[in-house]
Amino acid sequence: MSATGTINAGYLETLLAGQPQLPTSPLAWLNALRAEAVDRVGVLTVPTLRDEEWRFTDISQLTKMPFHPVRTTISLQAADIERFYIEEATTRLVFVDGVYAPQLSSGIAGSGVTVVNLEAGFAAHAATIEPYLGRLTEFRDNVFAALNTAFLHDAALVVVPRDIAVKVPVHLLFIATQKDVVSYPRCLLLAESGSAVTVIEDYVSLQEDAYFTNAVAEIALLDNARVNHIRVQREGAKAFHIANCAVSLARASNYQSVSVAFGARISRYNLNVQLAEEAECAVDGLALISGRQLADTHTCIDHAMPHAVSHQMHKCIVGGGAHAVFNGKIMVRQGAQRTDSRQSSRNLLLTNKAHVDTKPQLEIFADDVKCTHGATIGQLDSEEVFYLQSRGLSDTAARNMLTYAFGAEIIERIPISSLKCQLEKTVLEQTATQL
Amino acid sequence: MIYPDSKIVLEVRGLCATVNGTEILKGLDLTVRRGEVHAIMGPNGSGKSTFSKILAGHSAYEVTGGSVMFEGQNLFDLAPEERARAGVFLAFQYPIEIPGVINSQFLRLTYNTVQTHRGKEELDPLEFDDYVREKMKLLEMSPDFLERSVNEGFSGGEKKRNEILQMAMLDPRLAILDETDSGLDIDALRIVANGVNQLANKDNAIVLVTHYQRLLNYIVPDYVHVMEAGRIIKTGGKELALELESRGYDWVGVEHKAVAGAVA
Repeated sequence: MSATGTINAGYLETLLAGQPQLPTSPLAWLNALRAEAVDRVGVLTVPTLRDEEWRFTDISQLTKMPFHPVRTTISLQAADIERFYIEEATTRLVFVDGVYAPQLSSGIAGSGVTVVNLEAGFAAHAATIEPYLGRLTEFRDNVFAALNTAFLHDAALVVVPRDIAVKVPVHLLFIATQKDVVSYPRCLLLAESGSAVTVIEDYVSLQEDAYFTNAVAEIALLDNARVNHIRVQREGAKAFHIANCAVSLARASNYQSVSVAFGARISRYNLNVQLAEEAECAVDGLALISGRQLADTHTCIDHAMPHAVSHQMHKCIVGGGAHAVFNGKIMVRQGAQRTDSRQSSRNLLLTNKAHVDTKPQLEIFADDVKCTHGATIGQLDSEEVFYLQSRGLSDTAARNMLTYAFGAEIIERIPISSLKCQLEKTVLEQTATQL
Repeated sequence: MIYPDSKIVLEVRGLCATVNGTEILKGLDLTVRRGEVHAIMGPNGSGKSTFSKILAGHSAYEVTGGSVMFEGQNLFDLAPEERARAGVFLAFQYPIEIPGVINSQFLRLTYNTVQTHRGKEELDPLEFDDYVREKMKLLEMSPDFLERSVNEGFSGGEKKRNEILQMAMLDPRLAILDETDSGLDIDALRIVANGVNQLANKDNAIVLVTHYQRLLNYIVPDYVHVMEAGRIIKTGGKELALELESRGYDWVGVEHKAVAGAVA
């Protein structure tokens, strides 16, 4: 093995320290899953720029940081975190440094909808979740998903029974409070046939030192289910955030996702969506970064069956010396006839040092499909700036407004008005300070 | 309307300008007084639109000679936004679309910015809503326009109406309407012209830049200027526009050369 391999192995061993102390689960399949994940971590290495999937994203810094699993849990009061609450989302699960905080959470258990932490939900739902937990994510080939799975003992669990439409959005709030800690947030959302739910997956921080969030989310939509998934990554400025999300859409189900990335020194989001017949998804994203931030979004939308629809709009607003990456793979498999797929990557560079790598990647093996894609990279249009100036706005105000508008087009798609306002304010503040 | 002893709003003397090194304006002269409506006509490429954009302060054009005084002040001392605040308004030939910014927010921001600089009171969202709805009636615009993104998905006529709505709100001393008639059907043209006519008063001045005489059936100019090769070569009353409509532009150039030749 090469020298790099050895360093990686050492690093991964350090990360795995503490794993054997995890309490054994009463569920044999979960113990087996964890053991397999540990094995995979032993085989896999930390990706480098030489890996095709990581060639724009240098995470070597991550391997130099002495992150360790959380040792002590910090007790927070509601007042500490109220500012992160979303008015409409009265159902809330809160995890502090990856550890479930029951006193801050307001879940639902019982005969209808389940919104609980996994440990509380095992007894009633073990059989329901077994086919999905750790099965939707390809952790066998992904060292970060494997690490998360190796540490899997608790998670946010949302189960929506058949034909139930949940009116209140569910807020899954992950709060980082300690430096040098690696946490392994995990979500499992199961929307049974004909059900509907809106879930906000939200990563925030109460401190500005370095830490590492390694998250995995698994979302299964059964026939005709509808899921709105809003993902907000507003980690601390020195954080590392690596996340994998796997979504499986059964026949005629509908998945709408808006994902925004504002925070973290280095972030990487892998989203894999698998579509069955007549399934529809809209996958939209916004990265708004500055300074020395790097935000990488890799998506793969897999049309495995005919008559499915996927729409994707990904935007990046890059200021300072920041670096945004977008890799959008659309796979249309043989037999996935009448696929309707539309992808657009739009990027706004605010400075000369800002950097974007965007890579639409279409792989089409069916012949009766409608697939379009496009990518643009540019600066603010001087004609647009002039138009606003001619209406009395200063050059700065004009640029702020146009930058804001560029991002707002994605934020607008969030179906929760208080969150939308909150994020629009963030975009406005961010764009005002960058110019 | 021409008022005796009216104050000069705009005085252009020997204006020369280039874009990307090409000379477009070659000694343009024009005097506009309060209360007056001027039409600048001329063939494509004569420099009409360049002139409007220079007045508004577009950075792509370089002024290489001459002067422009606006209300006694050197216009070139002012940044584009300062000109707008001072009372220069340009209705764009191609208004910009701004997806993501709601029209009402945009209108209120520009209105309040300009008001503040004029030492006047800002309006809060409710007051502004009443104010803008009143102005929209002038242009027969549905209030729905307030909730849409700025100009996004607007038809040509809707965009032009939105321009004149901004003119109505910003209450300029000098309004330059660049090809405001282009792309309008006859109903939209009538509505837009009617709006402009109601906004014209003895304290402001309007410069219509247009290729066609059609608009001038609805907004009757006090003066018609013919522009060619970067300067005004003939000035007349509203009847000149009709003559241009029937005879085209060529004869004006021929006549101008003959006069210039005779003088030389």
